[in-house]
Amino acid sequence: MDQYPRPAEGTWTEHYPDLGTGLISYEDCVSPEFAADESEAVFKRAWLNVGRVEDVPRAGSYVTRELTFAKTSLIVVRDAQGQVRAFHNMCRHRGNKIVWTNAPSEETSGSCRTFTCKYHGWRYGLDGTCNFVQQESEFFDFDKSAFGLIPVHCDVWAGFIFVNLAESPPQSLRDFLGTMVTALDGYPFDRMTERYDFSADIACNWKLFADAFQEYYHVPILHSQEATPATRAKTQSMGFEAPHYQLDGPHRMVSTSGAPRRSWPEDFQYPIEVATRSGLFGPWDEPDLGDDLPGVNPGGIPKWAIANFQVFPNLEILIWETGWYMLYRYWPTSPTTHRYEGTLFFVPSTNASERAARECAAVMFKEFALQDAGTLEGTQKALESPAAQTVFPLSDQEILVRHLHKSVGDWVDAYRRERSEAVRHA
Amino acid sequence: MHTGVNEAKQSGMPESLLPSPFADLERFAQTWCLATEPERFAQRMASTMSEMQAFYAASFPRIGEMLAFCDAHQLGDLPDDACRLLQLVHSTIMVSMCVEIWHQPAVIDAAGARLDRVREPFP
Ligand code: FES
Ligand SMILES: [Fe+2]
Repeated sequence: MDQYPRPAEGTWTEHYPDLGTGLISYEDCVSPEFAADESEAVFKRAWLNVGRVEDVPRAGSYVTRELTFAKTSLIVVRDAQGQVRAFHNMCRHRGNKIVWTNAPSEETSGSCRTFTCKYHGWRYGLDGTCNFVQQESEFFDFDKSAFGLIPVHCDVWAGFIFVNLAESPPQSLRDFLGTMVTALDGYPFDRMTERYDFSADIACNWKLFADAFQEYYHVPILHSQEATPATRAKTQSMGFEAPHYQLDGPHRMVSTSGAPRRSWPEDFQYPIEVATRSGLFGPWDEPDLGDDLPGVNPGGIPKWAIANFQVFPNLEILIWETGWYMLYRYWPTSPTTHRYEGTLFFVPSTNASERAARECAAVMFKEFALQDAGTLEGTQKALESPAAQTVFPLSDQEILVRHLHKSVGDWVDAYRRERSEAVRHA
Repeated sequence: MHTGVNEAKQSGMPESLLPSPFADLERFAQTWCLATEPERFAQRMASTMSEMQAFYAASFPRIGEMLAFCDAHQLGDLPDDACRLLQLVHSTIMVSMCVEIWHQPAVIDAAGARLDRVREPFP
């Protein structure tokens, strides 16, 4: 029995006929060849979110980002004019990694007026210009202005910093993000500066973990304990159904709906949730963000609760109606592993009670995300077995899983076609 | 950076770590007044259920009073003893996961997975 209306075609999946309804393969989560092509076709061509503008608050503030899939490190820095720029973290003299603190492989952050190479002391301005060379006159036919830091395309949307490793990205950031995502323009992300950042190295392909956060079909089962014992049986028998799914190019979103948690009966809550007026769904007492929150409810559904935007390829922005948001990123570190980053963003606490409410939300987020992490490592192992050389079904509630694997596959196919054409013409 | 318990020990401050209305919780302060989530998570994983149940039984019913005491101050300007009190609330939240949900120290089905909180507000 459908709880919510579906499109005229009868299902969300058939509403987007390009998706098909067939069985799918997870070869794309185990094959080293696929992973290598995916790096080139997807991660080195798409716009990738590497941070928030709050990470580089002032002129000279910088962070480094290790992009394992591209075997590079980037410096993201705010220049003297306030523009956010990105450069390869490599000295133009003899290739030394310029910015690092504890170890060259570890990310770091800080603030400076110039970047000075630890090796022979060449210096670079915040705009990447090489402006000092030790014993410059010893070099031959040398013009240091030709040896600035190598820039990477960098742009900002809604305070999210994106980079693009392509030589000339075919689309601007805004065009790439498309109308469904950029409809969020004006959402007060900039007010949510109280952050809880999480990081994990997880032994599964990045897409498998992303899948676990773009379908809720698994929630009543894998996370059965999200429901209190009094409600668990009912939650499981009801299963999960979303009121709205939407695709836009390679991007996708799902909405959920429901009454605010504070209105739920007491036996639907754990005691700690009642005591802190918070929990897995976040603080019960919402900040006043005003009524004009553009783009958060593209389906116009009644009583929306979550708007979960999956921005291609590896970014999730999950907005809660109760006035906070989560951001997840999945960075491939090998064909069968990835680095997961997750952050919870809140309007800053004004007192200890609000701080405790946010703490409870952050603690419960981690508890249940650990179930995903543990389980998905098992999925990865199983998909590497010979038994997995088969195809698997996906339900209508897993439309976004289908769409991610199809979108990645489409980009990889396009790249492979170009490559074989280039070979043919060579 | 406040380190709570250690700071008190080193400077030879009075034995009581918590504000006087919370003297009954003093016996848990050495173990559970921890400034960061990684410390609180590690303490939870290193504790037995009976240790956590004893802490929870004493502290959970007092969460409201503890927060009301702290709310009388600016969050960014908590006196050290109130700051430790808030840390005790954070630890109560941590152990409530084991007491109320899992009935064991570890998350069910987390296997060996880790998820490190690498940045958080203080206190
Ligand atoms: S490698 Fe950087 S100054 Fe020589
Ligand atoms: Fe999950």
